[in-house]
Amino acid sequence: MSRRPLLSMAALLAVVIALLAAAPANGQTQSSAPKAPAAKAWTPPHTPDGKPNLQGIWTDNTLTPMERPKGLGAKEFYTDEEIAELTKRARTGSVGEEGDLGAARQQAVRYDLELYGFDPSKLRFSPNKRTSLIIGPEGVVPPMLPQARERNAERAAKEKGHEFDSYAHRPLSERCILMNQERIPMTPGANEGNLLQIVQGPGYVTLVHEIDHSTRVIPTDGRPHVPQSMRLWQGDSVGHWEGNTLVVDTTNFTNLTAYRGSSEKLHLIERFTRTADDMMTYQFTVEDPATWAKPWTAEVVWTKSKGPVYEWACHEGNTMISTILNGARVAEQEAAKKAK
Amino acid sequence: MRIWFSASVSALMLTIAGLSLAAMFASGQSAAYRAPRTPDGKPNLNGIWQALNTADWDLQGHTAAKGPMPALGAVFAIPPGLGVVEGDEIPYLPAAAAKKKENQANWMKLDPEVKCYLPGVPRATYLPYPFQIVQSPENILMAYEYAGGVRTINMGAPTKAPGDSWMGWSNGRWEGETLVVDVTSQNDQTWFDRAGNFHSDALHVVERYTPRSADTLMYEATIEDPKVFSRPWKISMPLYRHVEKNAKILEYKCVEFAEELLYGPLSKKPGN
Repeated sequence: MSRRPLLSMAALLAVVIALLAAAPANGQTQSSAPKAPAAKAWTPPHTPDGKPNLQGIWTDNTLTPMERPKGLGAKEFYTDEEIAELTKRARTGSVGEEGDLGAARQQAVRYDLELYGFDPSKLRFSPNKRTSLIIGPEGVVPPMLPQARERNAERAAKEKGHEFDSYAHRPLSERCILMNQERIPMTPGANEGNLLQIVQGPGYVTLVHEIDHSTRVIPTDGRPHVPQSMRLWQGDSVGHWEGNTLVVDTTNFTNLTAYRGSSEKLHLIERFTRTADDMMTYQFTVEDPATWAKPWTAEVVWTKSKGPVYEWACHEGNTMISTILNGARVAEQEAAKKAK
Repeated sequence: MRIWFSASVSALMLTIAGLSLAAMFASGQSAAYRAPRTPDGKPNLNGIWQALNTADWDLQGHTAAKGPMPALGAVFAIPPGLGVVEGDEIPYLPAAAAKKKENQANWMKLDPEVKCYLPGVPRATYLPYPFQIVQSPENILMAYEYAGGVRTINMGAPTKAPGDSWMGWSNGRWEGETLVVDVTSQNDQTWFDRAGNFHSDALHVVERYTPRSADTLMYEATIEDPKVFSRPWKISMPLYRHVEKNAKILEYKCVEFAEELLYGPLSKKPGN
């Protein structure tokens, strides 16, 4: 047997070892993880690390109201014809009780929404043809528990007459601490302008809401929630993947966050499932044993938008609080003068 | 037999040579450091990072000094630092130099950080709060703990800003191991530090993030603003990875900490 091959093999081995050793910390690169089985015919694209790819800029605008109009009873879905008729009516100025215009509804005083890009020709009902965002035969938020009604009434009574005393008495949205559109769960408005960008990195999904640059960096590495003693305006979110669905669990809310009158026991479960290239189903379940007798679930369909997501700096441009407080002080002075 | 022996010896020697070469690379020779890769083959900058310096107090070298609030004593006194400006000189035009002095003298009244305003770039990087890099092939997101600031760096064909903003408009690209970010369209409201260093709306910042070891990045920013400075100038500093278990960017909505300062005088006076 010739010794030469053995010799060259040994040398080759040495070189290989040397090369391997000379590539420091190069061990984190992984090939794509096996893809999760597709639930439907359409398989979502995956990120380079093998997770369902939810990325993009999304909008959730819809006329579909949170709660089902009373006249519809247990009717959960419209027919195609009904949707077409409702949409036609809405776009020509008659939204009816089937649609919710939100901030765009007729009010005594309101912003000129056309300045904010409000465009009635883009009004639409939910593509899933649901009659309300809340799913199930009832289609409404369950009745509030007596203790919750009491709690909220007490708070409102305490505030009465003090609404203009100081910044601390103004709504969170006015103070740019928590604008209504950045709150979680994310509920839609009638107008496009509720853009959300999703960026995914290994072990994280980030959601950037255009409104007030509200950003959630959600870990999907199986970590627990932060200690219960930590209460946060937007709670603490942790996520995990269930097949093609991102499931996000949020607790640790403050007792002032008060989503539709909720307490600090608010527990939110959000489910993000991409159902087509340009469509995502966002489903959320709200649970709060100190506020509602049972959990309730809503479903919102998002579609892709071109964007861009631009900066929304609420606090930096907030002249509202000082104007409102200034006005209140002037009114008080004038009232005092008159009293003399 | 003899040949086999010497072959093994030479193999061993080669191995040793290879290992010591590896040790040399791993010992912080930053120029030669090659970062771990993302699944799509780019340097992996994902993580939670923070500057460990006093640049937010003053980009230039500064000795320790008493803090702005005597009631706070030694807590919140100004810590010393060697500075992060190349050559320690910021090349202000004469009028701008005067404005910088005025800013510094009225720091508490004028600094946007005191009011919890978005910090702009590069200040966001070295504020004394962590930030997180989340990297995808199309976008790199930087989420800052301070004021919940954020920017999404577009890694595709460069795009133009719709208009000026607090955090500006970021287009990024890879140059070997380095993430290069071109930041334009910042407004003239942000500062560089608590020492009153400032810029105009003509600010152009080019940032460079270069991995220098598993847990450190080198950060460089070239600052150009012909309305304020006579030439471009540069800052640089290392950024350190948060390695603690379950590290995360926490909610730091500082608006509520600035409200008394901003709106307190407009509150109803007791007895009114």
